[in-house]
Amino acid sequence: MKFERYGKGIAKGLTVTIRHLLRHPVTSQYPEQRLNVSRRIRGNELIWDKTRCTGCATCARTCPQGCIEIITSVSTEENKYIVDKFEVDTGYCISCGLCVEACPYEALFMGYAFERAKYRRGELVQTNEMLLASPERQPSGYMHPEIAAQLPKQTLLLEKITEEE
Amino acid sequence: MALKTEPFILNIGPVHPSTHGVFRMRATLDGEVIVDIEPVFGYLHRGIEKLAEERTYTGVIPLTDRLDYLASMSNNLAYVLAVEKLAGIPVPERAEYIRVIMAELQRIASHLVAVGSFLNDCGAYFTPFLYMFREREKIVDLFEMVSGQRLLYNYMRAGGVSHDIPYEFLPALDKFIRQMPSFIDEYDRLLSENEILLARAKGVGILPKELAINISASGPVLRASGVRWDIRKADPYSIYDRFEFDIPTGIAGDCYDRYRVRVQEMRQSLRIIKQAMEQIPLGEVSGKVPHLVRPAVGEAYAHIEAPKGELGFYLVSDDSIAPYRCHIRAPSLINLTALREMMVGWKIQDAIIIFGSIDITMGEVDR
Amino acid sequence: MAIVNLGLNIPNRLQTLPPDWPGGFWWHWLIFTVIIIAFVLLLVMGYIYIERRGMGRMQARIGPNRAGPFGLLQPIADAIKILLKEDIIPTKADKIVHWLAPVIAFTPALMIFAVVPFQDGALLADLNIGILYVVAVSSVSTVGIFMAGWGSNNKYSLLGAMRQIAAVVSYEIPVVLAIASVVLIAGSLSLNQIVLAQDIPFILLQPLGFLLFFIAGCAEINRSPFDLMEADSELVAGFHTEYSGMKFAMFYLAEYAEALVISAIITTLFLSGWRGPLLPPWLWFVLKVIAVFFVMVWTRTTLPRVRIDQLMALAWKFLLPLALINLFITGIEILTLPATSPWVMIPVNFAIMAVLILLWSKFFKLGWGRVEV
Repeated sequence: MKFERYGKGIAKGLTVTIRHLLRHPVTSQYPEQRLNVSRRIRGNELIWDKTRCTGCATCARTCPQGCIEIITSVSTEENKYIVDKFEVDTGYCISCGLCVEACPYEALFMGYAFERAKYRRGELVQTNEMLLASPERQPSGYMHPEIAAQLPKQTLLLEKITEEE
Repeated sequence: MALKTEPFILNIGPVHPSTHGVFRMRATLDGEVIVDIEPVFGYLHRGIEKLAEERTYTGVIPLTDRLDYLASMSNNLAYVLAVEKLAGIPVPERAEYIRVIMAELQRIASHLVAVGSFLNDCGAYFTPFLYMFREREKIVDLFEMVSGQRLLYNYMRAGGVSHDIPYEFLPALDKFIRQMPSFIDEYDRLLSENEILLARAKGVGILPKELAINISASGPVLRASGVRWDIRKADPYSIYDRFEFDIPTGIAGDCYDRYRVRVQEMRQSLRIIKQAMEQIPLGEVSGKVPHLVRPAVGEAYAHIEAPKGELGFYLVSDDSIAPYRCHIRAPSLINLTALREMMVGWKIQDAIIIFGSIDITMGEVDR
Repeated sequence: MAIVNLGLNIPNRLQTLPPDWPGGFWWHWLIFTVIIIAFVLLLVMGYIYIERRGMGRMQARIGPNRAGPFGLLQPIADAIKILLKEDIIPTKADKIVHWLAPVIAFTPALMIFAVVPFQDGALLADLNIGILYVVAVSSVSTVGIFMAGWGSNNKYSLLGAMRQIAAVVSYEIPVVLAIASVVLIAGSLSLNQIVLAQDIPFILLQPLGFLLFFIAGCAEINRSPFDLMEADSELVAGFHTEYSGMKFAMFYLAEYAEALVISAIITTLFLSGWRGPLLPPWLWFVLKVIAVFFVMVWTRTTLPRVRIDQLMALAWKFLLPLALINLFITGIEILTLPATSPWVMIPVNFAIMAVLILLWSKFFKLGWGRVEV
């Protein structure tokens, strides 16, 4: 006669759990240990290249949330637009990256950092000079392969796990 | 002399003890047994269908991410399939293969969450939940490598995908596929034969076959009741007819069968990914699509086999850059129709398990 | 260690003194009371730490490690946090009952340690009805739980308390029967004598008894897999819903103290108490107690929860008949084979246990599917 339900399943489960006791845990102690994020990360900020921007406002039209505001004026000597105000309300931004994808002159970049919390909602609105690239505001390689090639490789959990199988 | 008893109403409030989102159930209890149950939802309604009418066809894609936030790639895929059907946009081969790989990886990730939270509801104190999430971390890392985000990817576009996969994606995916079957076996060994789990979940919350078909359930809920219906085989979309895989079905339609069906589906998804990886060609990943898609007047409905069931998008266009109407057929909402029949007659503790085994995401139910 | 040995040598001399000698008896009582309270409190904190770190490692993560080196001060941080919380009492609650309940739930755990031997003869009181005292006192904490449920003026707390009482009362019987089998072999009710009679640990001679005692003990103290009273997905949050602040901490401590009690009783009855080579006896005692608790943590991490009717079915239909049969067979063995070498009896007992469990699991249904209540 066939025996079942006598505790074999429980015993098997117990062996799985006890084996995990001897394995290395997968936790990484943030903020002392930081993992490398992806080269194409769509971080929490937007970086603007003033020299390449022509004020065409394609990004503002593409943004699904409508958080980019551009005010331009015509410059009659050089026959082009001058961008007076380029303002991004990062509070509304959902980091979808459609603006970066849409820009025909590749003047927009997504940020590389994600720790961009502020204390006041007013500080989330960033204008003109605040949006330029700087050592604290690195651009990421989303839609920009030349930048992605220079960023460090992403830490994958697949490679971190060194357990025998 | 019989005791005079009367039923009382217990409010299993929107702040839920189990991890399934804001869902309220008003249960009428007679002692410990549930006599009637009334679901109340709508706490997460964000008006996605209305918002979609004000954004361009490409601008709706980030919105669709947020429907079933645990299976974002599948939502994207269903929507872009509908747009391509509406506008008649062809898709290059490489993009099709990438889409299939992403969709199947997403299915594994979503089922990991479903199984993990189901076992957590059964009482195993977060242990299987954390093991499943460790595997899900590996998948989410792969998605981060491709699209830049970890939860809401915004990766698919009408006519292909937004950009190509990086060169280190396929070796990492290969490593993952080699490791994963042994982990699934380990999780099976942990709890699939456990007598306590069998006692709690076997025979509990039965959804009979006729009822499942009548309420148009879909996904693992339908397949666990014994109906062999999978949209990837019955009405193949994309290039699913080039792969061979099985459809796991259950027998009894109880919570245990739903759990087993999901675990088996994970194994079949690994099979599909392996075949896709061998066959993937080089080439373009995005067709020649104008920046602002403007389909002709018409309507289209596209459905896919999302991890939760049949996810469908119904789009109506009136020759402008925004959809005139976008309706979403959410699988979780339709699967919830039979909640009352499944729960009446069981106890409160079983109600939590039954609710967890249907595997809903409130983002889909409320939209 | 010298101080402790000095302190523990005194009782040996004092055992022969009449108990109404003022100096000797009261010193003995004072030293042991201090030892017991320190032991229970320290080890309960150690238990909290072991559980959180151990469970964390088994779940592929690190447990708490920020409060103090290796997270050793985490229980103290928890205690300070709870002390700073506001003590809320419901308006219509019965004030005295509400206030007394945590006290009555916690004190029996301390009282039981009066008869648990830490070393040969090192007890607060060497009662010759030791184990009977243990069983009697451990039932007093049930009264505390009922008072908590009643005094909260909340029908869900009362429901939770009633469920708990039903569970505790049902699981008392297999516990007592398992103890009775051990007492039959040892020949005495006094815990000191039981330890002294264990040249071979009784876990080898009474494997079925050990298993029954462990399962029933876990059920009595509401540990997983029987922790449906206090689990998160239980909507009726149990008898301690209306408690906050230090009173809640007393219930929390009481839960771990009861776990300590069950571990100590298992060590004394089945694992031969303080006996062992090399290390000092009290260290052996502490190590064995921690080992038993580790097994409890292990089962908590792995096993899902049982339902309330499955809990009662397990007690009455599975454990009770097995306990009776175990007692019966032990009695037969003692009567008919008193002089057989224990090394022969061990495999015989294991074989009997395997056969019984297999047969009984075939005939027993743990509430499969729909159960009529």
